[in-house]
Amino acid sequence: MLIERKWKKWIFFYIPMAVFILFTLFPFYWMAVTAVRPDPELYRTWRQANATPFWTLEPTLEHFKGLMQTTAFPHWLWNTMLIALVSTVISLVCGMFAGYALARLKFRGSEFLGTAIFVTYLVPQTLLFIPLADIIRDMHLGNTPWALMLTYPTFLIPFCTWLLMGYFKTIPKELEECARIDGATRFGAMIRIIFPVAIPGILSAGIFAFTLSWNEFIYALIFMSSAELKTVPVGVVSELIRGDIFFWGQLMAGALLGSIPVALVYSFFVEYYVTGLTGSVKG
Amino acid sequence: MLESEKVLASTLLTPGLLILVLFIAYPFVMALWYSLTSIRVGDPGQFVGLDNFVKAWNDTIFQVAFKNTVFYTFWATIFKLALGMWLALLLNRSFRFKRIIRASMLLPFIIPTVLSAFAWRWMFDPTFSVMNWLLFHTGMIADRLPFLSSGDWAMWCAVLVNTWRGMPFFAITLLAGLQTISPDLHEAAALDGANAWHRFWHVTWPLLMPVTLVVVVFSVIQTFSDFQLIYVLTGGGPANSTHLVATYAYQVGVASGLLGEGAALSLFMFPVLFAVVWIQLRFMKRMEGA
Repeated sequence: MLIERKWKKWIFFYIPMAVFILFTLFPFYWMAVTAVRPDPELYRTWRQANATPFWTLEPTLEHFKGLMQTTAFPHWLWNTMLIALVSTVISLVCGMFAGYALARLKFRGSEFLGTAIFVTYLVPQTLLFIPLADIIRDMHLGNTPWALMLTYPTFLIPFCTWLLMGYFKTIPKELEECARIDGATRFGAMIRIIFPVAIPGILSAGIFAFTLSWNEFIYALIFMSSAELKTVPVGVVSELIRGDIFFWGQLMAGALLGSIPVALVYSFFVEYYVTGLTGSVKG
Repeated sequence: MLESEKVLASTLLTPGLLILVLFIAYPFVMALWYSLTSIRVGDPGQFVGLDNFVKAWNDTIFQVAFKNTVFYTFWATIFKLALGMWLALLLNRSFRFKRIIRASMLLPFIIPTVLSAFAWRWMFDPTFSVMNWLLFHTGMIADRLPFLSSGDWAMWCAVLVNTWRGMPFFAITLLAGLQTISPDLHEAAALDGANAWHRFWHVTWPLLMPVTLVVVVFSVIQTFSDFQLIYVLTGGGPANSTHLVATYAYQVGVASGLLGEGAALSLFMFPVLFAVVWIQLRFMKRMEGA
């Protein structure tokens, strides 16, 4: 073992770590403080003597109340959740099928298809949004949740396919062969033997896909126009800024409430998320 | 029927490929076509050749936006890599509350960018900025800093926020790489008299190279094509000085309805992205061969 002196540990470990923690978490603390700060305190300039920027003595829930009563926030939360769930499920099913085919089946062009799917993974949404808006409109999907449920898989399927392909390759072939000898069809063996064994990989891909769809912005901004059909990020941007006026209390309350569900899902599955995250770049 | 590998493979691949072709390949071809026409909302327009690209090339706002995009990508990637590597090295040690600290370090990456960017915008607010308050009361400044009201300052603020958001991705992925390096190597190097810096530079860094390269490629693609952070933080202002290629393409293509010009603007990202992806694929081939 390498032995360290105490002061060295402070300089090289505790202090940098504390700075990293502060830098990472301060914006969230700030979000929370602003959300419960009463308006008169909120709009007190930074030079006023009685400004207490880091805490508040009279916490209030008026911003949360305003958010729930005057905006369609509950709808946005529900839409975001539903769209993230459905697009994750679609992507997982497609990714499991395609990943299995690429990992286990021999056919011409499998290597080319694998590469092609990987390349689509690297196509950003901002390259395609203009024509895609027209395609969505021509398919009569504009301003419906399906516009997002069908387009989010474009950036989730490639990732799910790659992650699961890697996972399927680690499952011994013998497992499947045993099932085949017992009379299972190839498809049956895949569904009943391989997929159950791959549940940790599927969960990792699913959690990661869920957080990615929760975060998506530009497609939701362009495809959805009715206030009650929007997702949280778009609703917050378009409905809580009226003209030039930012409703900071409600904005931060909305940001906080919009972050909590995804943070909760993440906290329950941290290890799976990390596997998904690190697996997503392994290729 | 499904016993034939070919039939089964094509059945399994169809649903995924259908979505990718319909919503990636097809719009990509359409983007190419749009960029060559004068199409706008409600007017199919006509073929104009490379006019849109020439116009963009000579457009001073676009020139600024392109420069900003390169600047933003370059500095944010450098900071994310340096800080992410540092954080990964810190997290690789054993200490109390390690799991919960590591988990909370990823929060900026989990929380929707739009929502956290609003928190930053509020911290940078010209009149109510907590940063100005802090710097003023600790005696570091005499007057407020123009965080988002000056173009130069605003670009650096955007780099800061992007670094804040992307650093955990680097840290956690590099940490996963670090954990595969055997501690024996470090002990051997330490016995040979290498100090901490030499051990990092001659042992850790070369072994982490493959992971680092892949993470950098992903980050460059994401950062170069970024939209949401600037859209919320500055909206491209003040006076169009902080646009990125994507936000400017949005302003021209969607807000002003000039679909052809907007498509051409966003296609300017393509050569850069293509080069990065190509490097990535070459690298993957080499790794497979090795």
